[in-house]
Amino acid sequence: MSGQAKLSEKLPEKSIGRLPFAAPLGGALARLGLGPRALVIAIPTVWLLVFFLIPFVVVAKISLSEVAIARPPYLPLWEWQDGILSLSLNFGNYLFLASDPLYYSAFLESLTIAGFSTLFALLIGYPMAYMIARAPGGMRNILLMLVILPFWSSFLLRVYAWIGILKTNGVINHALMSIGLIDEPIVMMQTDFAVYVGIVYTYLPFMILPLYANLVKLDETLLEAASDLGAGSFTTFLTVTLPLSLPGIFAGSLLVFIPAVGEFVIPALLGGPDTLMIGKVLWNEFFSNRDWPVASAVAIAMLFVLVIPVMLLQKAQQSDGGHS
Amino acid sequence: MKKRSLFIIIAGILGFIFLYAPIVSLVIFSFNESKLVTVWGGFSTKWYGELLQDPQILGAAWISLKIAFVSATLAIVIGTIAAFVLVRFKRFRTRTLLSGMITAPLVMPEVITGLSLLLLFVAMQGLIGWPAGRGMTTIIISHATFGAAYAAVVIQSRLVDMDLSIEESAADLGAKPVRVFFDITLPVIAPALVSGWLLAFTLSLDDLVIASFVSGPGSSTLPMVIFSKVRLGVTPEINALATIIILIVSVGVIAAALSMQKGKNNNVS
Repeated sequence: MSGQAKLSEKLPEKSIGRLPFAAPLGGALARLGLGPRALVIAIPTVWLLVFFLIPFVVVAKISLSEVAIARPPYLPLWEWQDGILSLSLNFGNYLFLASDPLYYSAFLESLTIAGFSTLFALLIGYPMAYMIARAPGGMRNILLMLVILPFWSSFLLRVYAWIGILKTNGVINHALMSIGLIDEPIVMMQTDFAVYVGIVYTYLPFMILPLYANLVKLDETLLEAASDLGAGSFTTFLTVTLPLSLPGIFAGSLLVFIPAVGEFVIPALLGGPDTLMIGKVLWNEFFSNRDWPVASAVAIAMLFVLVIPVMLLQKAQQSDGGHS
Repeated sequence: MKKRSLFIIIAGILGFIFLYAPIVSLVIFSFNESKLVTVWGGFSTKWYGELLQDPQILGAAWISLKIAFVSATLAIVIGTIAAFVLVRFKRFRTRTLLSGMITAPLVMPEVITGLSLLLLFVAMQGLIGWPAGRGMTTIIISHATFGAAYAAVVIQSRLVDMDLSIEESAADLGAKPVRVFFDITLPVIAPALVSGWLLAFTLSLDDLVIASFVSGPGSSTLPMVIFSKVRLGVTPEINALATIIILIVSVGVIAAALSMQKGKNNNVS
């Protein structure tokens, strides 16, 4: 392992320098501390800097400016007037977020909905991942493909499918009424219940796949040893399987929780007007109110809320990569 | 032991029913004669006919396909270089920065990505005059960026698994590094390139939120048109469209899985 790593490290650097066309150019750039290796590194780094990282700086900047009826609809942050640079930082947008209970409760509701959805996805996904991991070889691949398949088909249309199922004259109400279980249709659409169903449904593969990757590595002899020592199947699960699968649970939960917090499509299509999720609030600030500075402030606040789970995920993935 | 297996199997099967019931109902009601999506009014393919005569949907589908093709291709180039750099160059100054920037788009809420890219494009237009207005170019750049993140993950895992001795022996035999990369590395990771490209392509076709932020007049993508129609209520036409998409995706994924299986077997023997 270490020998391989060393070789691979030396190989590209030394050898890219031998390119015929790179020689004269490389010489000049090398004096600036930019070898051909640095150029290869620069391509993705610069692209992501410009189109991923710098945009956040722009958002942060606009969150500090004032809304205006103009194109673009905000006032500039700094101005040159008579040779004097006047800088006007406006924290009003953040004060507005803090003072209006709408934003606070939208954040709280997003975190609650995302948290419980993650829990439900775990409860549904764990047995599925376990079943796939324990299935015989050929069957395992088929089941795995069945989990991935919906992920490839349109997200929007999978959310749309639930409208037909949940609405007042939808599939569920029809079925329940025709067998006489209920007389009045149950209202499910435009409720938080529909939002939960939508989130759990669309993010389920994100929960199952890391769980499966973890459970499939589980050493069967440990389970046998536990049962030989007299542990019942439930005890074995609680003391062996569950603790060993914690990294999978952790990774899957974060992969569901983080995007669910900022979800827009599901609350917009399945939720009601009182389903306040922060992604929907940001969307409305931007598209309906055309208040770019407040929308930016909401985005920055959301980043602060998500920075801890994102860093945990990054750490989980790095430690996972280190093991394999 | 047995009792647990039975519980797991029942729970697992219920899970799969949960995954597929909505898809099955979408397909069934696309063949429904009645306009009421949930009341069965007899078998009919009229909604498919209506779909194929809807210029708005067809136009948007064409725009979406063009955007997805170009952005997926761009994504695979950036993603491959990023994956190669992260796997093969162990130490460089911007390593943490690059690895952070390549994984963060995977979990970043789309509303934030969309808003931040739009504000960037507006600021860039003000500073350097490019891109002039929003439209297909800005959607392509945005989709290429998050597509590259997904592609990089897929390619990275293939590069990590790759047997380095082939590259090393080619280099020992005097092959120049660019030649090693194009003659050895790329063919070996080709299956990952294909799945990475397909992933970026479908993600682009599927994206509603980011495209809504960065699109301009005349560049409404298919998801944007679907969203505006769906908001007004359920229409069987969309069910027909969904069925066609599901059919294409299923055939594609199954074919890809089979060919990969075959490739794996060939490698082993």
